[in-house]
This record gives sequence, structure tokens and C-alpha cells, in this order.
Amino acid sequence: MGSLSIRNVVKRFGPVQVLKGINIEAQDGEFLILVGPSGCGKSTLLNMIAGLDTITSGEIAIGGRIVNDLSPKDRDIAMVFQSYALYPNMSVRNNISFGLKIRKVPKEKQDEIVAGVAKTLQMEPLLERMPSQLSGGQRQRVAMGRALARNPMLFLFDEPLSNLDAKLRVEMRTEIKLLHERLKATIVYVTHDQIEAMTLGDRIAVMKDGEVRQLASPQEVYDNPADLFVASFIGSPSMNFIRCPVVAENGTVGVQLHEGAETFVMPAPGAGQEALRGWAGKDVIVGIRPEQITDRSPWSGENPHVVSRSAKIEVVQPTGPDTLVLIHLNGTPVTCRVHPEAAPHPGESMSLMFDLSKLVFFDPQSEKRIS
Amino acid sequence: MAEPYRTQTAGSQLIGRTVIYTLLILFALYYLMPLFVMVTTSLKTLDDIRGGNLVALPREISFDAWAKAWGAACTGVFCGGLKGNFMNSVNFVVPAVIISTLVGAFNGYVLTMWRFKGSDVLFTGLLIGCFIPFQVVLLPMAQTLGWLGIANSIPGLIFVHVVYGLAFTTLFFRNFYVTVPAELTKAARIDGAGFFTIFWRIILPLSPPIIVVCVIWQFTQIWNDFLFGVVFSSGQRQPITVALNNLVNTSTGVKEYNVDMAGAIIAALPTLFVYVVAGKYFLRGLTAGAVKG
Repeated sequence: MGSLSIRNVVKRFGPVQVLKGINIEAQDGEFLILVGPSGCGKSTLLNMIAGLDTITSGEIAIGGRIVNDLSPKDRDIAMVFQSYALYPNMSVRNNISFGLKIRKVPKEKQDEIVAGVAKTLQMEPLLERMPSQLSGGQRQRVAMGRALARNPMLFLFDEPLSNLDAKLRVEMRTEIKLLHERLKATIVYVTHDQIEAMTLGDRIAVMKDGEVRQLASPQEVYDNPADLFVASFIGSPSMNFIRCPVVAENGTVGVQLHEGAETFVMPAPGAGQEALRGWAGKDVIVGIRPEQITDRSPWSGENPHVVSRSAKIEVVQPTGPDTLVLIHLNGTPVTCRVHPEAAPHPGESMSLMFDLSKLVFFDPQSEKRIS
Repeated sequence: MAEPYRTQTAGSQLIGRTVIYTLLILFALYYLMPLFVMVTTSLKTLDDIRGGNLVALPREISFDAWAKAWGAACTGVFCGGLKGNFMNSVNFVVPAVIISTLVGAFNGYVLTMWRFKGSDVLFTGLLIGCFIPFQVVLLPMAQTLGWLGIANSIPGLIFVHVVYGLAFTTLFFRNFYVTVPAELTKAARIDGAGFFTIFWRIILPLSPPIIVVCVIWQFTQIWNDFLFGVVFSSGQRQPITVALNNLVNTSTGVKEYNVDMAGAIIAALPTLFVYVVAGKYFLRGLTAGAVKG
């Protein structure tokens, strides 16, 4: 039995359906990410799990117990908020122990728990300070401490790192991941940042318009996106999408591309052959990630899926470890990731290796994955 | 061509400062003039007032006028001074300020942290209350006080001022609490705190700046109120503002300017006191909503 079960949950605000039947099962100790653009319903869903928002229909169960009608305090959860939500009039110690006090935990036990939490998060020297005397990162740590003190069945994180600067965000990300590995706690984590989603999650639920578009492991979501939206949302720089006709030649199916005046066919990978056959003569959208178009073969040996093509470079963007170069295929700008040393000047041509083994194809109408 | 950038010289800065301070001092003196006249007149004897001029200092300082205004001045047939009325004012102003502030805080808390269907409409309705002139509510209020059986009494005055002040206090607290992140309440709910616990332990401790604003505002309004006082009380139950008016307008015998002035200062002292004590918090509270600390 899952530690968290969301079954067919619907949320309606008046006539507007914000969540359209969500189904998610999270196992004990799982780190589940809810990711999606603003307004996709991810925070609403989290609030519903917490009991801060009512459920229009469907069921939410925590640890096998249906919690639809339980108030937040009875759900055995703890939550970390984006704005930290520390009580400004209380010291760090009292912030952490407030929930314990309310629940009438004996004083000695409270002290013991606070000491334990402070040790785990390495913030013993901060205990007597007020929240206003803390930096953003320290506040976030206290907010996590407050959640830890309760030792709940389920932790909820609502974009906890969004208010931190970029460097601190990366540090805290590592810390949260470490914490999860140490506690083996079940965590539901809401973010709009796909990198956070990829790095932290055991599984990612990619949401849009009140629906879960895909629920899978980070690698699976990255390599095998369920539809065009998931493919474009996950990954930075984002996947390239090229609309092109499907052609069949000598028994193999491929997609026809043109670069400038030159036309060529790229064969679909083995798995895509069968699915794509029916599309011959029609247009599909091909998805290829920037790192699959590079200056040299990713594999040192001979890879039958790698095709070499020369293309005119229009824009060069160095990022440090890699340089992004822009070419045009079928009139669409396409980003490629090359080694900095190999990057030419804009306007020059260079030879690029296309790794076709991970090509994905989408139906241009439904935007669903074909293969 | 751009002109060369001119910097201020030390000399021109000094002149500027001098002009500013001279003007400020002049205005301060101008506004302090009435107070000066009041204080000096109240300390003069009647002969001194008749013989000297308005702004002259007293020839000898005498507190007789103060003693008379406090304990022996006559309004109509009653010659007990303003003492009783002063205590009347204290007796209804203090509870009215405390009750209206607390209820306002509570209203603000509910209207921001526990929104319900129609809470915005309710708030708008309350806002309209701020714009209703005193005179409009006189008759219905008299009727209501009669029904409640508290007409012409201290509790009656408390009731009137609490009801009339609620619109303002609710507005103050509501606008202060919208700057408090709603996540604070959510966190407290998850921590297990209930409706009243959150109010007492989390929200109210955040409120001193706005409480001070509210108390000053309400105290000044209620203490200085004349209309409700004159309409809803009579005789020995009148607040000091009404009694002062009666004292000054008593037209029998000699006009005792020194007693009038002493009485006026006595009537004004409590508000002055509140401003001096809480003044710095007042400014801080007024700007608290605008600039998040």
C-alpha cells in the first residue's frame, strides 16, 4: 500500500475545473515531484493533500487512511512553504517546538526533539535567534526543521527554494536530497523548476492544465516524454521540434529534412520504424535534444544511428562546458550542443553528428507521442 | 553641448539650511502661539488678564484657575468643576477604545485569513461605515439605545463609539493583515493551531504597530467627540467635551478666561499624552503597510 494515494481527485472553483481527475500513488519513502508551469494546479493539489483546500471529488489517502474530511493537523503531515512562513514573533527554538507545544508534547520531550532536529540540520547556534536575524538559507533550514520536528508520515514542500538565490538554491537542493536519503521519508515536492524536478525526484509528475501528463522517473521523462508538452518542458535548453514529412525508402521509414537547398532523409530508429510506417506521406514532429547533435560521435565506436551532416551555423552561445550553436532545419531553428573548441564562427559551416537513436516523434494534431 | 555639471558649494548649502530652519522655526512658533496663550492665560489672575495684554507673561503665577476648573467651576446650577466629567470621559473612552480595537483586530483577522463567501462584500459594507456622517446615525442610534435599555448611560456611550469605530478599526487591521503572508496561517494550521490559537499566538503578537495606530486614532476620536456626547448623555453623565462647552458658554457673572483656558487644557491633556507616549509608534505603524520590513 502506498504512503500517499490520490484517486481521481477533482477540484472545481465554480465552473472552472482546476484539477481534472488526478491519480497518483506514492510509495513509502518516495520523493515525488509535482512539476509544471504556473497555473497547472500543482500547488492546489499540494494544498488539497495538506487539507488547506477542499476536495471537490475523489479521494486522498495518507498511509492508507482516507483524509478527505480530516483537518490539516490530523493528517500526519508537515509542510515547508516558499515564503518559509516562520512565526516572526518566536525564536527559532519556539518556531520548531510550536507544533509540539500545541500537541501537548511534554517539555523534556520537546527539548530532546528540538536538539535532535538542530543537530540534523546543523543549526544549533541559531536556536535562540529570531527569524528576522537569519539569512534566507537559514530561514529555509528552520522551516525544514519545523517540519522534521513533527516526524510526520508525509512531508510536503511547496516551492521551497524559489526565494533563494541561484547559488544557495543548488546547495539547498543537495541538502534536501541528502536529508531525504537519511530520513527515508515520503516527500511530495512542488516546483516549477525542471532542473529541481530532475535532480531531486524519484518520480516526476509533469502537470499541465489540471492533468498529469506523465508520471515516471526523471530519466524516463527525459528520454521518453509522453507528449510534446512534457518533451518541451523538461530539459534545458529545450528539445528541438522539427515538423517534417515521413518518407519510405527501400523498406525503411525516415523523415525528410532540408538544410538550405539540400534535402536529405534521416531514418527512424529501429523502434520507431513500425509505428511510423503508417504515417508515410504525412507530417510528424520530430524531437531531438541539443546534445544529440554534436561535433563528434558520443560513442567512440561505430554507431549505426549516428549520421553526419554539414550545416550553416547562425548563432553561437558559449555556456562554458558546452557551446550552443543554432542551425536551421526545415526552416526551424535547431539548437545543437558542441564542444567549445569545436565551435566555429557564426556564418561558417560545420559538420555535425546526429544521434538518431533517441529521436522521438509526435502527432502534430494531438501532440501525443507516436514513437 | 551639455553644460558642465554643477555641484553645490558648501556656502550655498549653508544658506539653504538656514532658510529651511528659519521657516520651520517660524511655523513652529506660529502653531505654538495658541497653546502659549492658553497656558499663560490659565496661569494669570483675572485682574492680570483685564490689565495686561493677550501675549504678556503672567505677573504672578497662580494655579487658582486650574483648581477651580477641576473642582469648583459652575456649569448651570452645578458647581463641581470638570472633575466628574473628566472621569466620565475616562470611564467610557478606555473601554470603548479597547473593545473597538480588539473587535477590529478580530474582524481584520477573519477578513484576511479566513475568507468566506461574501467576505469582500462585507468588508466593502464596513468601509461605507467610515463615510457615514455622525448626524445620520443619531436617530436610529437613539432608538436602538432605548431598546437596549442603555440610553443616557456610560455603557450606552461605549456602545455608540464601539459601533461607530468598528468600520475604522476593521479597516486598519484588515489592511495591515493583508501584508501578513497567508502561509503563516497555513503553517500554524498544519502545526495544529486552531482559529483562536492562531489569532492569539501568531497574529496578535505581530500587530503592535497597528494596535498603536488604532488606539491613538480611536482615543482621539472618542475623547474629542462632542456630538454623540451631547445627544446621548445628560447632566452629570456628560463627557468632558460637553461639560467644557457648557462651562465656556455659561453667561452668568464674570467671564473667567483663565478658568476656561485651564478647562480647555485639562480636556486636551489626555490626547496630548497619548500622542507623546505612542507618537513614534504611530508613524511607524502608518508606514508599516507600505514598506515591508
